Amino acid sequence: MVIGRIVGTVVCTRKDERLTPFKLLIVQPLDSEGNHYGNYLVAVDTVDAGAGERVLVVSGSSARMTTQTKDCPVDAAIVGIVDTVDYL
Amino acid sequence: MRLGKVIGTVVCTRKEPGLDGKKLLVVQPISTQSQPVGKPVIAVDSVGAGTGEVVIIVRGKESSFPLLPQVVPTDAGITGIVDYFHIEE
Repeated sequence: MVIGRIVGTVVCTRKDERLTPFKLLIVQPLDSEGNHYGNYLVAVDTVDAGAGERVLVVSGSSARMTTQTKDCPVDAAIVGIVDTVDYL
Repeated sequence: MRLGKVIGTVVCTRKEPGLDGKKLLVVQPISTQSQPVGKPVIAVDSVGAGTGEVVIIVRGKESSFPLLPQVVPTDAGITGIVDYFHIEE
């Protein structure tokens, strides 16, 4: 999993019917200093996250293991809203 | 699997129900010379690891297998605490 910041939303009218219930958000991964790195992800939201929040993103087939995304055609899911990250 | 060092912890109040009760740790993958490699990942702990320890991390869906039969939506997990490792030159 990675920590990312929500930087945008995606709207699709025509999409796979199993994606219908989901909010699609654009997430930019963050490093330990809080800086953006790498490329953005489009992730389905399972925890009612909002713009600007730091979130926990799970990628790959694990994104289908949440209670809401079973058998859905997704490879990235937001599974938590980060309160705090403490480093050593 | 990779070697990594636990460098921090993550707290989420609002999270997917499958992650309830799971300890989330920030793990920095390390090289054989114990140098950081790449970006840190957030991993679910299934062995009771703590900050500063060198651990084995598993990536992908398989990382949730130690927690079966519970289905946990994670793509990184800590499956062992490393006592020591040795590499032949």
